[in-house]
Amino acid sequence: MDGEELTEQETALYDRQIRVWGVDAQRRLSKAHILVSGMKGTVVEFCKNIVLAGVGSLTLVDSREVTEEALSANFLIPPDENVYSGKTLAELCCDSLKDFNPMVRVSVEKGDISSFGGDFYGRFDVVVISSCSFATKKLINEKCRKVSKRVAFYTVDCRDSCGEIYVDLQNYTYSKKKLDETDECQLQYPSFEEAVAIPWRALPRKVTKLYLAMRVIERFEEAEGRNPGEISIADLPGVLKLKKELCDAQSFNESHVPDALLERLVSDTSEFPPVCAILGGILGQEVIKAISGKGDPLKNFFFFDAIDGKGIIEDISNPNPGS
Amino acid sequence: MASHQRSPAIKGAKVLMVGAGGIGCELLKTLALSGFEDIHIIDMDTIEVSNLNRQFLFRQSHVGQSKAKVARDAVLRFRPHISITSYHANVKDPDFNVDFFKQFNVVLNGLDNLDARRHVNRLCLASDVPLVESGTTGFLGQVTVHVKGKTECYECQPKPTPKTYPVCTITSTPSKFVHCIVWSKDLLFAKLFGDKNQENDLNVRSSDAASSSQQAEDVFERQNDEGIEEYARRIYDHVFGYNIEDALSNEETWKNRNRPKPLYSRDVFPEEPSQQNGNMDKNCATDDPLSVSAMASLGLKNPQDIWSLLENSRIFLEALKLFFGKREKEIGNLSFDKDDQLAVEFVTAAANIRAASFGIPLHSLFEAKGIAGNIVHAVATTNAVIAGLIVIEAIKVLQSDANNYRMTYCLEHPSRKMLLMPVEPFEPNKSCYVCSELFFMKLVMILMKIWQPIMLQTLRRCYLSFLLQLLVGLCSQLKTFNRSSHAILILSIERNLMRRRSLMACFYLDGRKLLE
Repeated sequence: MDGEELTEQETALYDRQIRVWGVDAQRRLSKAHILVSGMKGTVVEFCKNIVLAGVGSLTLVDSREVTEEALSANFLIPPDENVYSGKTLAELCCDSLKDFNPMVRVSVEKGDISSFGGDFYGRFDVVVISSCSFATKKLINEKCRKVSKRVAFYTVDCRDSCGEIYVDLQNYTYSKKKLDETDECQLQYPSFEEAVAIPWRALPRKVTKLYLAMRVIERFEEAEGRNPGEISIADLPGVLKLKKELCDAQSFNESHVPDALLERLVSDTSEFPPVCAILGGILGQEVIKAISGKGDPLKNFFFFDAIDGKGIIEDISNPNPGS
Repeated sequence: MASHQRSPAIKGAKVLMVGAGGIGCELLKTLALSGFEDIHIIDMDTIEVSNLNRQFLFRQSHVGQSKAKVARDAVLRFRPHISITSYHANVKDPDFNVDFFKQFNVVLNGLDNLDARRHVNRLCLASDVPLVESGTTGFLGQVTVHVKGKTECYECQPKPTPKTYPVCTITSTPSKFVHCIVWSKDLLFAKLFGDKNQENDLNVRSSDAASSSQQAEDVFERQNDEGIEEYARRIYDHVFGYNIEDALSNEETWKNRNRPKPLYSRDVFPEEPSQQNGNMDKNCATDDPLSVSAMASLGLKNPQDIWSLLENSRIFLEALKLFFGKREKEIGNLSFDKDDQLAVEFVTAAANIRAASFGIPLHSLFEAKGIAGNIVHAVATTNAVIAGLIVIEAIKVLQSDANNYRMTYCLEHPSRKMLLMPVEPFEPNKSCYVCSELFFMKLVMILMKIWQPIMLQTLRRCYLSFLLQLLVGLCSQLKTFNRSSHAILILSIERNLMRRRSLMACFYLDGRKLLE
């Protein structure tokens, strides 16, 4: 891992994936440092993928204790009170993840994710947060953007059997190989705050309804001072009322945000394991692309809904004149 | 929908998984998390190091053990109260018959070869159990649903068969590196180290066959008093020098093609006899045949490097010498194995020398190994996505939610904003010879497929007579003919006709009478 060549051990272990993305990409992965917060099912899937891929280090943040809900979609924690009692989610996941690939340094960072300063985030190449409030997402995104080197920022959330990934690579240049020539591509990502501030009327007409519904739920939880996911069917009237207010304020037709979808999102906030696997896989692939500099990164939202089975990319950004 | 985890359809379901590899590990984990409580899993393989980058239920310490068994143990650790039955066996074993398949509500495939997939498809049709098929390569993947009578079966659409090359391209006029690999692996390696009695196209020449084939036999046999070094150089000169000169003598072949260059060891190697002898000693330190390596012997460490003609030639000779020096007992029985380091080195070197001769770009050992070993490149993320999609379809199947069955494609580049693209399944192909209910049409098509080349040569009378016998025999059985045995009957007929067995044998499959 130190030194430029991959070791014999790495070459043997990573053979099949080196055939996908090449030795250079594998080397870059081995030097990458990832920060992850919110150890629920989807994030656990992502961590498994990124550890198997062979990153340099993975730091976990989640000081919550184990609950039945936390165990439901988490294959890293044995359902044995003797084992998990007294340990945080991050600690338990860390122990298991180390096993998947002894060449990756997996560790736990104690404390609240929103309390860390900019110099903390500067230690990482990639930051992934989940189960965070609207305010926390904005805050951490800003801190990452303030670091002088680029810190790739992602959020991922899975509610019931659908989910959302948000990507922020700031100003991203990468080369794309087309047959015999190499193209230089440049992408400009909006911050989370910028993206969600875009008026809904300005979005493409057929934008995924899930994007809009997620924003309503997010705003509701924030307005009510709830933790993410702390919502139930009893809140539906309040949610629908907020939806109307948000739509009216932007002169946006209410019917574009289906009540049935909102009802689904408030009724069952636990994660559906197959969707965790799908989101964790897509996110894993995106992070690998960003670290290796190979492949078209997703810009800038990804949605999946098991009901229709579509995995859709939405570009929620201000159109640049002349791009 | 997450409350589905408590759904009776899932809780009470009995699921069969075929394959505990890349997709299998992800699938077993997701099934267990999703509330499935009775899972059976079949896999005949054992765990290898190259699996560990994605088959996350396995550890270094498990290398060599049964995939199905280790996967089961790993999942029970986080779901101790569910039932997982593992079978370290080939799904094509007769034990896994129609009765075995009938006990399941759905079958989920995580296989890596067409042959096994076709087999499972037919068993599922015969036992009327829905099948969810899947596959991944690198960043691409797909999940498809097959329910008899409602959707296409796995074989309704023709599947691409592995590519083969014309013999003359391999033996005389290669233009791509893969042609050199095939020559090196299937001809040269086989000739030198494989079964001597096997037919081999090496040295096939258009002119003067009689006297030259006698010569060819002698060339590849090592003489009793011949030193290994001497023998190795003689082989080198014969296949890269003499054979090429011989091919060049046929002007026609080269009218519109680049002429290859004959290569002789005396021209390629500078004079360095003492260095050659010294190398053998380096390998004496270890007697383990598996760790014998020409690369190690010559100090070439990086499998990603593209060696020069000289380096390839050195590897060629060294590998040959090591086979005869350290692994003599295996010669005559060896078949190419991508995990046999020395075999891979030899095949790479030989292919590269031939490529150099024909002006084809040389490749690294890493690349050559991938081509020679038909290695499928694979990552964990695609398998995880596909496993999630499989479980979603499986649940739809268990709930008979037929209108929502989807074939889902995982793309590398989005199509119409979609990275995951669901498509409605097609209806069964009426002329599919595996699942179509039009029995006689099926029969005729099989017969045509198998007998067409023979038809042109045999007497018409024999062919018609056979066909008549078959039809008569079948008509007499029609009264008790069970439609759900269609697929099994077809499987049997095809298998027996291929082996030219008797007519009556067609009505038995592995000893069991098909029609009561």
